[in-house]
Amino acid sequence: MNAQELIQKHKLLECIHCGICTGSCPVSRNAGLNIRKYMREVVAHGDVTVHSQNELWSCTTCATCGIRCPKEIIPYEFLIDIRSLAVEKGQVAATIRDALESTFKNGNPWERIRSKRSEWTQGLEIKHISQGAEMLYFVGCTPAYDPRAQKIARSLAECLGKANVDFGILGVEENCCGSEIYGMGEKGLFEFLVEENMKIFRKHHIERIVTGCPHAFHTFKNRYDQTDFEVQHHTQLLSKVIEEGKLTFSKELKKQVIYHDPCFLGKQNGVYDEPRKAIESIPGVKLLEFDRTRERSLCCEGGGGRMWIDITGPRLAENRVRNATKYGAEILVTACPFCLSTFEDAVKTTGLEGKIQIMDLAELLSLAL
Amino acid sequence: MQKGEKLNDSQEIRIGVFICHCGTNIANTIDVKKVAEYASKLPEVTFASDERYVCSEPGQALIRDSIKKHNLNKVVIASCSPRMHEPTFRKTLEAAGLNSSLLEMVNIREQCSWVHMHEPKKATEKAKALVASAIAKAGLLEPLYPLKFKVTPSTLVVGAGIAGIQASLDLANKGFKVYLVERAPSIGGHMAQLDKTFPTLDCSACILTPKMVDVPRHPNINLLSYSEVKSVDGFIGNFKVVITKKARYINEVKCTSCGVCAEKCPVKNIPSEFNLGLGKRAATYVPFPQAVPPTYTIDKENCLWFTKGVCRVCEKVCPANAVDFSQEEQEIQVDVGTIIIATGYDLFDVKQKPEYGYEMYKDVISSLEFERLLSAAGPTGGKLVRPSNGIEPRKIAFIQCVGSRDVQTNPYCSRICCMASIKHAHQVKEKHPDAEVSVFYIDLRAFGKGYEEFYARVQQEGVNFVRGKAAEVYKEPNSDNLTLVFEDTLLGEVQEQEFDMVVLAAGLVPRTTAEPIQKMLKLSLSPDNFFLEAHPKLRPVETQIAGVYLCGCAQGPKDIPDVVAQASAAASQASIPLAKGEVVAEPTIAYVDQDLCCGCKVCESVCVYDAIEVEATDENGKAKVNEALCTCCGSCVAACPARAITLRGFTSEQISAQFEALLKPAQQRD
Ligand SMILES: Cc1cc2nc3c(=O)[nH]c(=O)nc-3n(C[C@H](O)[C@H](O)[C@H](O)COP(=O)(O)OP(=O)(O)OC[C@H]3O[C@@H](n4cnc5c(N)ncnc54)[C@H](O)[C@@H]3O)c2cc1C
Repeated sequence: MNAQELIQKHKLLECIHCGICTGSCPVSRNAGLNIRKYMREVVAHGDVTVHSQNELWSCTTCATCGIRCPKEIIPYEFLIDIRSLAVEKGQVAATIRDALESTFKNGNPWERIRSKRSEWTQGLEIKHISQGAEMLYFVGCTPAYDPRAQKIARSLAECLGKANVDFGILGVEENCCGSEIYGMGEKGLFEFLVEENMKIFRKHHIERIVTGCPHAFHTFKNRYDQTDFEVQHHTQLLSKVIEEGKLTFSKELKKQVIYHDPCFLGKQNGVYDEPRKAIESIPGVKLLEFDRTRERSLCCEGGGGRMWIDITGPRLAENRVRNATKYGAEILVTACPFCLSTFEDAVKTTGLEGKIQIMDLAELLSLAL
Repeated sequence: MQKGEKLNDSQEIRIGVFICHCGTNIANTIDVKKVAEYASKLPEVTFASDERYVCSEPGQALIRDSIKKHNLNKVVIASCSPRMHEPTFRKTLEAAGLNSSLLEMVNIREQCSWVHMHEPKKATEKAKALVASAIAKAGLLEPLYPLKFKVTPSTLVVGAGIAGIQASLDLANKGFKVYLVERAPSIGGHMAQLDKTFPTLDCSACILTPKMVDVPRHPNINLLSYSEVKSVDGFIGNFKVVITKKARYINEVKCTSCGVCAEKCPVKNIPSEFNLGLGKRAATYVPFPQAVPPTYTIDKENCLWFTKGVCRVCEKVCPANAVDFSQEEQEIQVDVGTIIIATGYDLFDVKQKPEYGYEMYKDVISSLEFERLLSAAGPTGGKLVRPSNGIEPRKIAFIQCVGSRDVQTNPYCSRICCMASIKHAHQVKEKHPDAEVSVFYIDLRAFGKGYEEFYARVQQEGVNFVRGKAAEVYKEPNSDNLTLVFEDTLLGEVQEQEFDMVVLAAGLVPRTTAEPIQKMLKLSLSPDNFFLEAHPKLRPVETQIAGVYLCGCAQGPKDIPDVVAQASAAASQASIPLAKGEVVAEPTIAYVDQDLCCGCKVCESVCVYDAIEVEATDENGKAKVNEALCTCCGSCVAACPARAITLRGFTSEQISAQFEALLKPAQQRD
């Protein structure tokens, strides 16, 4: 894509340079990314200026810039196109390249083999979707492989089982949803994944999907351009089965819990109330709120391929866990495997181990079952 | 046309045809001489000629002379669009003693020479066909006479902000009766809520109050406050308006505004609308001390008598015996000739921009709330303090364009907010010279007289203007202060700064309360949802509904100087029909052949102007056209199954004749 095409596609001439995109950008200060200037450079120079890897790959695709733009320009989509140019030229960090290659080869960016994809189910009785089920639980790469995130999958399976939700999984047939691949700018690979996944979904006549990953949720819902199936995030399904009395609690949990809105769930898809309702339904739990909450939630820096590239500078996740303790929270609950992972790391780097626990909503609920 | 009047049947039809060159505009493409020659051979044509500029004085003289010389009784002119010169030529006919409806115009410029510039031969053929068609119609033209209606010499003004007040006073001073209807308990609108006004910093109340007081005193103004328009019927010159006057439960004549009722009212915690919830009022109240009328009002929603059936303390303590719980809503009917809409604006709901934390933080307030905090008559007595703790703010940020220039909310610029914030920045400096003030802007628009100069002055006073739209406001845990995140776009740097107060310069949006009157009058809205003027440049205070005018922020965001100028303009326009005493309407309207009409009401259902109605008689009701409302659109004519309706000037015979002439094969035109 050349400068002229970028200008056309992203309506760059309509930008009034108010700066709300850059001001809203969670990484602009730490990483020096100034997305407004990037866009201006293309218009002013008629060419794409090359910036440091640290800047270009710091964007988490949290989408705040696009959500707040008064001219409905979507700066992060522009940035993803700039990444595409870098990917085309092979000017990417080795870790990104490996993640992309692994996704193409193994269906996951974690460089793990396909046959291990349902390792997390060990000891649980979970049926394959081909055995017939009302709903597909799309696990996603991180909960399938990451030892910490596997607990999300196990807890969610437990909750769904308890609520008598008839679900199945794809097991080793499951592929990467493509969310992060899209964010890294490898749009060819993304299209390939969409095709592959749609083939598998159609093969199993999938009409309903639940997923514990906001990135998969967002991608299926907004980027697949499909009407075959409906997708729900687990926070939506869980709050519904609780409300319907299908999921009940037998234990009291005397805990102060604070909830962090994942960008892909909250800002990008407006799911704010369901996770809070679910948390508040647990007997004994007191729900706290961050100051920067809902539409102003602070990004954890896990999205947009950031799980596969190291950007120097202080971490927003550290700010998040520190503040959680300042508000008096004992458990920081989120609803995204990336948030979970960045927060777990931040607990260690801030030395807050033992002071605060990080949990996915499903894990929290399963504590009280 | 008077019924049954026609040209004398025995009278010979003598048509004159004039083909215009329009300099080279027509003549370079169309062979005008050939067209004139062709026309001269057509039946009933007595005279045909071409002329360089038919609209010029020599051209018009040619028409006048030819009418007399050749005893012409119909005229066809082939020239430019009738929108340009039809009125000119109608007058030419009249000057020569012919009825002006005996003219038929053909547009051979916009619809022929200009669009067929490269095909002169075909253009000439087309011009011939068009002229032949006009001649065919001309033969059937009949004289028509304009309609005249008497005008009731009074005006209804809806909304009594500064716009409605100014328009009412102007009209009343011209000697016309004005009915001024205001929804709220007091007149004044938003201007009454302002502290000082840019750029001259006059105290808003000081310049407004004298005008407010003049309103009820004026012998020609009937002020109907705490009232709303219920219905409007009729048409320019003859509107019938029904107004609902809400019950105040306090007698306007008896009330001396002593205030004892409010003092003794036990319900004291109602958020004051006037102070935007920053202060409280009682259930018996006047919105502000200078209210006009000064009568107290009992707010039914909160009064203990109405909610719980107890109390009535006000009734007991009122020394004037003015409290009257038996008061009821009243309906008042008035006749007016013209109507002015001055319903003003609402402030943009800043909650729609959650990034700024309004409602979450007490110290994040709207610009209008800030006005109330500055005002000596406001909730803090004019002491500028933080709403959260009552302490003087030391660092204040103003965020511009909240909701404005934003395609997600209001795409337009609200025009007043830049100057309002500059004024506010100055006022902060005036009250607390040591306070740090920053204004976060995208573009500063200081376009009015004295505005740029005022901006320069406030810069000199030490206010920090930062180019960049503030992105977010948040609070660090356990902090009292607000952190503002923004990009200084001139530096390309993202910064975070702490403030102890943030003021949101919210945009202006149309009043939701204007919707009923808009529906009643079928007024159009522009894409920004403010009322649409008839023409953005040449008819800025008229609407497309004759006799209805606009002024103030109802038409679009503007500052007080513009509001007042526009209000005077609307008053002036609205007084024209009143001064004339009559309105003249085009005679080309529908009429119903009573013998053919079967009263089926199909016409009624298709007329969007409510201009045709089947009269409710016992049986055999007949359709009747309201001549003032009919716009000659032809819908009823086409819909009438009995073919009982005809359009004057566009009869079926005339149109058929035009078609026949047009459809004639081209060879037959040589
Ligand atoms: C924060 C702020 C500061 C400002 N400062 C300045 C300044 O310093 N200088 C300046 O020039 N301008 C200033 N302005 C702009 C100024 O407020 C407007 O130009 C002016 O008040 C508009 O007057 P209006 O009569 O058109 O509308 P409004 O003041 O809104 O009046 C409309 C009236 O119509 C009534 N109404 C509405 N609907 C109906 C209905 N259906 N029936 C009957 N009545 C109805 C309302 O109750 C109201 O009384 C400021 C605006 C803001 C927001």
